[in-house]
Amino acid sequence: MLSIEALTKRYKTGDLALKDVSFSIERGQVVGLIGPSGAGKSTLIRCINRLVEPTAGAIRLSDVDIPKLGRTQLKTMRRRIGMIYQEYALVERLTVMENVLSGRLGYVSFWRSLSRRYAQKDVDKAFGLLERVGLSDHVDKRADELSGGQRQRVGIARALEQDPELLLVDEPTASLDPKTSRQIMRLICEICREHDLPAIINIHDVMLAQMFVDRVIGLTAGEVVFDGPPAELDHAALTRIYGEEDWREMRKAADEAAQDASDAAAFKAAEEERMAGTV
Amino acid sequence: MPVWQTEQGPAWRHRTTTAQWLHWLGWLLAAMAFVFCWQIMTVDTKWFFVKDAPSQAADLFSRAWPPKWSYVNTLWRALWDTINIATLGTLIGVILAVPVAFLAARNTTPSHLVLRPFALFVIVASRSINSLIWALLLVAILGPGILAGIIAIALRSIGFVGKLLYEAIEEIDESQVEAVQATGASRAQVIDYGIVPQVLPAFAGICVFRWDINIRESTILGLVGAGGIGLQLQSSLNTLAWSQVTVIFALILATVIFSEWVSSRVRKNII
Repeated sequence: MLSIEALTKRYKTGDLALKDVSFSIERGQVVGLIGPSGAGKSTLIRCINRLVEPTAGAIRLSDVDIPKLGRTQLKTMRRRIGMIYQEYALVERLTVMENVLSGRLGYVSFWRSLSRRYAQKDVDKAFGLLERVGLSDHVDKRADELSGGQRQRVGIARALEQDPELLLVDEPTASLDPKTSRQIMRLICEICREHDLPAIINIHDVMLAQMFVDRVIGLTAGEVVFDGPPAELDHAALTRIYGEEDWREMRKAADEAAQDASDAAAFKAAEEERMAGTV
Repeated sequence: MPVWQTEQGPAWRHRTTTAQWLHWLGWLLAAMAFVFCWQIMTVDTKWFFVKDAPSQAADLFSRAWPPKWSYVNTLWRALWDTINIATLGTLIGVILAVPVAFLAARNTTPSHLVLRPFALFVIVASRSINSLIWALLLVAILGPGILAGIIAIALRSIGFVGKLLYEAIEEIDESQVEAVQATGASRAQVIDYGIVPQVLPAFAGICVFRWDINIRESTILGLVGAGGIGLQLQSSLNTLAWSQVTVIFALILATVIFSEWVSSRVRKNII
């Protein structure tokens, strides 16, 4: 489906962001891309739709080599790749419906998009998607009136409105609270299964990735250092990805969070017992 | 820097001795320059005339007061012309400024080497010449009348609107633009969906602000023959009809207050 071969990216500043990255993804497979910040996760997924120009290597989606495409062909290719962003990247001053319909821009003429006269089947599709992500009541609101979780749902609907063959997801939960993060991750993964859609999800929350994805790729300093099912992601693998010190820190933070949660639960239980006693 | 050790411990002063002297020297030079300029300025002043300034001013006010309010009825036409000059001039200026701004903004220009410097030059050229000077040139070319005034206002507005708009375009949130690009949108669609919604409030604010300025500027364009209420002001001044001049001033003041009110209302409602 998607195959990446020897992908390399060197920025103008001389920084080598990706070194000889190779992997391929099957239809319907959801891949979590993990790694410390600065490892090249964002660069990697932006190379796939060429928001960042790769320096060398091949990226094949259904046997079309993306780095070799000309401007017009690239536009046709981009509409087949949906993207979801960390800060949602909605057009804040347009309505939810306009944002979702902007997923059709690659398909419609300029005049149609300027006058917002979209084909009825595009509008029907948008209504369907907004219902799927649970925003039927917010169709006519402006994007900047919504909460973070709601905005990310609009982002998901916009990406799906493109009828994508591949979903690129850049830190979808980094701006959200833990509960909303899980809901959004679940929604993205469910939708991918429903549509048999492959996806690459950049995510730095390892626990969240393990909960939802089919396969994990670990990236460190621009190189793939782990590739396998989430179950194989053990202490040794994570140390390889994040480095001894950082991984220990992350695990400590996770343990503390778990400890806090169980403390809170115990406190609540004790409280309830006491209340029951007084009544 | 000026920290040194004494027996009691480290001591500190704001400036070193040399810096202190240089500082005083700077002030001395400034004072000398001021005295020199004052002399140049006053060498041609006839102090004889300046001495009776208070009585001259009192005399002028006595001629200008009371205002000849009946004169206002001959001014409505000129006032209408003035408002038209400002409004049409702003409209034409804005229409021309929009493409110039998109060519000048770093993130939307199609060519950094040719079109961007060209657009920046257009903006600077338009801004460097006052409306009154534009009107003077245009009256010489087109002959006196409203048309010269409208074009003068339009030419001056291009630079103002163009500059503020291209700065607004450069300050937009690029992630929204990137997201629209990633859907496979064409360049024109990216502008329509990614950029226009972001700069629209700024654009509306800039337009009414310029219209407000243009109302004020068009009141004086008549002085050089470009139509409007300034023409009446000119003829009243020439005939020393001071009580009419007072009426014109009052009318201009009222118009400017009105335009300020309109533009503040519009800006409040859009942003």
